[in-house]
Amino acid sequence: MSFPKTRKEMPLTPLSLPTVGSMGKTGSWRTFKPVVNYSTCTKCTLCWIYCPDGAITRREDDSPEIDYEYCKGCGICANECPVKAITMEREEE
Amino acid sequence: MAQIVIDTANHIAGYAAKAARAKVVAAYPITPQTTIVEKIAEFVESGEMEAEYIRVESEHSAMAACIGAAAAGVRTFTATSAHGLALMHEALHWASGARLPIVMVVVNRAMGAPWSIWPDFSDSLSQRDTGWLQFYCADNQEVFDTIIQAYRLCEDERVFLPAMVCLEGFLLSHTYMPVQIHNQNEIDDFLPPYKSGWTLDVNNPVTHANLVSPEWYMEFRYMIQEAMENAKRLIPEIDMEYGRRFGFQYGGLVDKYQCENADLIICTMGTIGCEAKVAVDNLRKNGLKVGAARIRVYRPFPVEEIRKLALQARIIATIDRHISFGMEGFLASEVKASLYHMEDKPLIAGFIAGLGGRDVTFKTIEGIAQKSLKWLERGRVEKETEWIDLRE
Repeated sequence: MSFPKTRKEMPLTPLSLPTVGSMGKTGSWRTFKPVVNYSTCTKCTLCWIYCPDGAITRREDDSPEIDYEYCKGCGICANECPVKAITMEREEE
Repeated sequence: MAQIVIDTANHIAGYAAKAARAKVVAAYPITPQTTIVEKIAEFVESGEMEAEYIRVESEHSAMAACIGAAAAGVRTFTATSAHGLALMHEALHWASGARLPIVMVVVNRAMGAPWSIWPDFSDSLSQRDTGWLQFYCADNQEVFDTIIQAYRLCEDERVFLPAMVCLEGFLLSHTYMPVQIHNQNEIDDFLPPYKSGWTLDVNNPVTHANLVSPEWYMEFRYMIQEAMENAKRLIPEIDMEYGRRFGFQYGGLVDKYQCENADLIICTMGTIGCEAKVAVDNLRKNGLKVGAARIRVYRPFPVEEIRKLALQARIIATIDRHISFGMEGFLASEVKASLYHMEDKPLIAGFIAGLGGRDVTFKTIEGIAQKSLKWLERGRVEKETEWIDLRE
């Protein structure tokens, strides 16, 4: 990643390239942690679709895997899960 | 072949969007703008115009659709009035900040409350500081020509900013006049295919115009100011080239009439500029040295041209179809600000007239001129802002 030195080198609008975690490990922002109960999960992938931060990936069998380094704990996955297989648990102090 | 049509300025704006080959049109109706997007709907439906016609759910969405389309790499058009323009406000900043060359017609209508559908400039002038260029037209031919010129200007790499082409509701929007629709091949030659400063590309995903820290923000603002200055230089050039090609020319930034050796210059915008020319002819017949200057481009403001006019004039009378509450008309303020550093400044008299569509005839303007000349004789402007035809 390079930054321009003078105004003449600047682009018309600021632009940023896709990158993992440009703001650092945002998982530390979390107060509540989503926990998946894999025995009730139906692998519908709705949590994966709805996660606004791309912090959920699909395993081979379509079950979700949550990346706790970047999950901010918004709870959207738990809210969308049709079988209540995701619960939000308070982080330890 | 060029073709003469007799039609309203709104329909003519539709002809211009078609002639400019706009590829995405966002449409949301509002009086008195509605017949522009109706005309374009006809063109698209009949296959005469090849464009994506998006019926959006609000003006805010209309601008958002134009921003998306312009960023995706196509020429866009939309039109609105008054409260619709006000609803777009936030997105207007986004369009200019992202440097997208969108052209939008604003059919001027007074802002409510109280409710009005008649013209004044309170809608577009409220958007003065959004980073959009602003053109003001005086007749239907100028509406057609200015839309074509605006695309050419906005898509110039030295500019890359959006523009509003303003025309007064009903006075122009619903008034029939003969207009020459120029030969399409010649328009294509004058206006090459769409060009923008950046384009969204799924194969090379990049986020544009997102968060910048205080370390960088100011430079992006300065670049917009530079683009405005470039536009000020380019507008007269483009207007001259247009004149050579099509035979219609409008004086670039300022449409000047009988300003040589004029003691008094009447400074206006929009259709009042036409009436001012009639007034000047009548006053000149009586031996009065009067001229008229119609500000065609309000942003960027033609500071240097105003200074040139002020070199010879002894008094400038501004007529504002607008009031900045708690101050004065914008035109009066801008003219004063333009002349502050001159040594021998003319007097400046500010007049407020025609709000909410009240008629401003050549007779009204002759009265304004007589009053201004009287003040010139006495050596001072007796009232800083005079409201014309105001009930006691």
